[in-house]
Amino acid sequence: MSKRRIIVVGNGMVGHHFVESLVARGGDYAITILGEEPRPAYDRVHLSDVFAGRSPADLALATRDTYRGWGVDACFGDPVLRIERAGRRVVTENGRVFEYDKLVLATGSYPFVPPVPGADNKRCLTYRTIDDLGEIKANALDSRIGVVVGGGLLGLECGNALRNLGLETHVVEFAPGLMGVQLDDGGSAMLRHKIEALGVQVHTGKNTRNIARGAERALQMEFADGSHLETDMIVFSAGIRPRDNLARDAELAVGERGGIVIDYKCKTTDSDIYAIGECALFGGRIYGLVAPGYRMAEAVAAQLVGEEAQFTGADMSTKLKLLGVDVGSIGDAHGRSAGAMSFVFSDGREACYKRIVTSADGKQLLGAVLVGDCSDYDTLLQYHLNNIELPPDPQGLIVPTVGDRPLLGVGALPATATICSCHNVTKGDVVSALDSGCCSLVEVKGATSASTGCGGCAAMLKNLVEAELLVRGVSVDKSICEHFPYTRQELYHLARIGEVKSFATMLADHGRGRGCDICKPAIGSIMASLWNEHVLDLKHVGLQDTNDTFMANMQKDGTYSVVPRVAGGEITPDKLIVLGEVAKKYDLYTKITGGQRVDLFGARLNDLPAIWEQLVGAGFETGHAYGKALRTVKSCVGSTWCRYGVQDSVAMAIRIEERYKGLRAPHKLKSAVSGCTRECAEAQSKDFGVIATERGWNLYLCGNGGMRPRHADLFATDLDDESLIRYIDRFLMFYIRTADRLQRTSVWMDNLEGGIDYLRQVVIEDSLGIGAELEAQMAHIIGTYQCEWQATLADPEKLKRFRQFVNSDQPDSGVVFVRERQQVRPARAEERLRLISVAK
Amino acid sequence: MTAVEKHDWEVICQRSDLVAGSGVCVLVGSEQVALFYLPGEGPELYALANRDPIGKANVLSRGIVGDINGQLVVASPLYKQHFSLVNGACLEEEGVRVEVYPVQLEGDRVLIGRR
Ligand code: SRM
Ligand SMILES: Cc1cc2nc3c(=O)[nH]c(=O)nc-3n(C[C@H](O)[C@H](O)[C@H](O)COP(=O)(O)OP(=O)(O)OC[C@H]3O[C@@H](n4cnc5c(N)ncnc54)[C@H](O)[C@@H]3O)c2cc1C
Ligand code: SF4
Ligand code: FES
Repeated sequence: MSKRRIIVVGNGMVGHHFVESLVARGGDYAITILGEEPRPAYDRVHLSDVFAGRSPADLALATRDTYRGWGVDACFGDPVLRIERAGRRVVTENGRVFEYDKLVLATGSYPFVPPVPGADNKRCLTYRTIDDLGEIKANALDSRIGVVVGGGLLGLECGNALRNLGLETHVVEFAPGLMGVQLDDGGSAMLRHKIEALGVQVHTGKNTRNIARGAERALQMEFADGSHLETDMIVFSAGIRPRDNLARDAELAVGERGGIVIDYKCKTTDSDIYAIGECALFGGRIYGLVAPGYRMAEAVAAQLVGEEAQFTGADMSTKLKLLGVDVGSIGDAHGRSAGAMSFVFSDGREACYKRIVTSADGKQLLGAVLVGDCSDYDTLLQYHLNNIELPPDPQGLIVPTVGDRPLLGVGALPATATICSCHNVTKGDVVSALDSGCCSLVEVKGATSASTGCGGCAAMLKNLVEAELLVRGVSVDKSICEHFPYTRQELYHLARIGEVKSFATMLADHGRGRGCDICKPAIGSIMASLWNEHVLDLKHVGLQDTNDTFMANMQKDGTYSVVPRVAGGEITPDKLIVLGEVAKKYDLYTKITGGQRVDLFGARLNDLPAIWEQLVGAGFETGHAYGKALRTVKSCVGSTWCRYGVQDSVAMAIRIEERYKGLRAPHKLKSAVSGCTRECAEAQSKDFGVIATERGWNLYLCGNGGMRPRHADLFATDLDDESLIRYIDRFLMFYIRTADRLQRTSVWMDNLEGGIDYLRQVVIEDSLGIGAELEAQMAHIIGTYQCEWQATLADPEKLKRFRQFVNSDQPDSGVVFVRERQQVRPARAEERLRLISVAK
Repeated sequence: MTAVEKHDWEVICQRSDLVAGSGVCVLVGSEQVALFYLPGEGPELYALANRDPIGKANVLSRGIVGDINGQLVVASPLYKQHFSLVNGACLEEEGVRVEVYPVQLEGDRVLIGRR
């Protein structure tokens, strides 16, 4: 007997998922795909990513080879014209005929264009396929204004696309509010507010009557209320309509407002024909999301191999980022269920809106709306989907309280709780993946497909996996990465005791594989702290982060910033003039930093050597702004000028900066010296800070500004100059020996057993007997200091790297500047688009 | 190798332009191509588009190369996502991928395949 023939009409997301599901289940079938679009299935959900730089090819869900590999026949670019049910065949537009035993319709839907005169203008577009996307891009090139008709989910996404293309963007909506299907009035108003703040103009309650030729722009839209709007292009996104014409013509039942009627087996009124995805009407409803379509696809695939499977409807909750605004909608967002109660929280200042809808007894979560802050979405969705009983005061779920928040931990979820709705993965599935040997998030993703669809479940999946691993007592692995089963501290000791001087030796002796961007810079830094060889020595060059490689800080557009050292913040007028001259010559954006020096931004890679040639010539040295190394030692003006100053804080700051410049450490190091207790240099926020007293210096350790500020601890008081320096030597070297990778002194101190008292024992009392050793090691580093830039300029081999292209002198065409307040700055995405298209 | 024969090979630079264990960038027509030179076992040369699709700047040649779960990768210097040297796929962002170019060393000459 020959194989049973299955024909799938439509190769969109759901059609593809069906084929994939059926192939995965095995079974002896001859499958044929007949697709209208010229290319195999792609990820329509992420279509808009193309506007943000992804290439259309990246969206592919399958290639012709994929299908060939599966033994599936696939024809593209030739749509099916009709179904001949009596002969069980379909006929394509090109007249080809295919016979089937079972037919699966997955024809999706098309964008609805309201019957407005003029809507057939060639500058009126729709947004559904990769080809549409090309049209939109092409039209945007000579447009300044773009209008999206439709303020629903897709319309707003399309609005964002137009904005990304650099157009003045308008959204025109017939209804009184945005996203009326998913949001209540309050949420809709907040969304509007946020979107308008982004510069997108929203027009609601507008009924388009006519589209005519515009006076100044290509088109003029005329509205029922007499107003009008001129624009260069229009994209219709006013809803979708199921593509049910094949079924209609073949006299299968279709819904009053469209959609191929299916039962819980996804069968149409002909039991050999199924319909799945957006063309199907189930329970009087079209599911315009991909997850329900996938469930239908799986149900049909399962039945075909003889399994019992049904489609019983699907949840339509959604979480999205629209124009950068978080929006979430769960279940009965409008509170239409009988007896429903609502709790609303609206915060005008933070611009967020939250509403939950509960059952009359307040025990079940029926729905929710979140705008501006979706952090509660996962928790709320789980309450809703699993009918988990709400806490006595459900409003606590959305009101930001100080302290405890009744969050629903992943632990509280039942095994049946859906974690990933795209791939229908439950908590139970994740747990069994872990039980059968997965030990990491990546492995769980691979085994279950969770979080590989829309990505909305990523945070929850991560929490769940981590919590489950913890429960299993999987010890937290402290290896710095997969290449070295050691902590940074252990690596430091291995390198020091074994006198290891290269990464290659380290890897051969103690590691495996080739290394990565975690262990390479960490070991590079350890080598530098121990042996202080030039960072661009051939054996070290591949270890450095780009900032160290090019001895400058990479900026967002791939150019670099240049920060010469200005020890203690003291600078002569002549040197200031040189900075000005260099900045002018290379057109660099110039700014005074928070570290009391000058930063020159926008330097091209190939200009760095010439810039430094001039700076070094004028007596400047590198400022190590790029390194995990000593940065600046800030000073206040001190006793030399200030009427309150009690010591020469500038001289001490310069002495400290000159002493420790070039010292590489687990993280950057900052210092400051204040001339009196008024503390104008902010020494107490530094890794090591010094404040003058009548009798000497107070030393403060382990302070931090930045993300988690920490006041430094007072370590020792009234020190003379030499004791101060000795203590700092010992402190820094002890930190370098024992800290974790990228651990600032503040965090190191918080984790140091015995705290500041222990540190005093080690540094002041020399309880470990390593004081002299630490000092000797510091002396070695200081003795081998070289200005990395000066050394580089003297070495043609090292300079070879400072070429944008090794085979051309052209500059990087991706670097585009505009001028603002008389200086350059990188062009923003929309400015670049305009500048580049003008240039073409 | 049949895969090799499909391309027209063009000399783009010399072995001495490459930096062992790291990357450099070449201009091929108007395209920026990052070349990574890993002398030792296995193929020595890999080529990816220089543009970081996530950071949106032409910088991949300046990333650190290494391996993650046995896959050769370069880490973007901007936001540290990893891209496979072999197929250009981004390890962190599903579906993001950069172009891969056929390259080979012939004596001291570096050749790129043009389709
Ligand atoms: C240029 C400057 C801002 C400015 O315009 O003033 C700056 C710019 C950067 N800072 Fe900063 N920080 C600058 C002073 C500071 C200060 C103020 C200070 O030093 O007195 C702080 C708080 C003090 C502190 O560090 O405790 C500061 C806290 C940070 C942090 C947070 C560190 C933390 O422990 O929380 C980072 C991120 C990091 O290092 O991981 C950071 C990182 C950065 C980086 C390197 C981010 C990056 O990787 O691109 C910036 C690039 C610098 C460049 O391209 O040249 N920057 N940064 C300042 C340069 C000072 C200098 O002359 O070297
Ligand atoms: C921009 C955009 C963003 C979206 N965002 C989301 C989101 O965030 N979340 C979400 O869940 N959903 C989203 N969707 C919706 C999602 O893409 C659809 O639910 C999903 O694609 C439906 O899959 P389908 O296979 O039913 O239809 P489609 O993917 O439309 O596939 C149908 C295919 O059938 C073909 N076809 C039609 N008629 C014939 C014929 N006679 N012969 C041969 N082939 C035919 C069509 O050309 C098409 O290729 C979005 C959609 C768009 C356009
Ligand atoms: S810290 Fe003291 S000496 Fe320094 S400027 Fe302030 S008041 Fe003057
Ligand atoms: S819910 Fe979309 S990927 Fe999991």
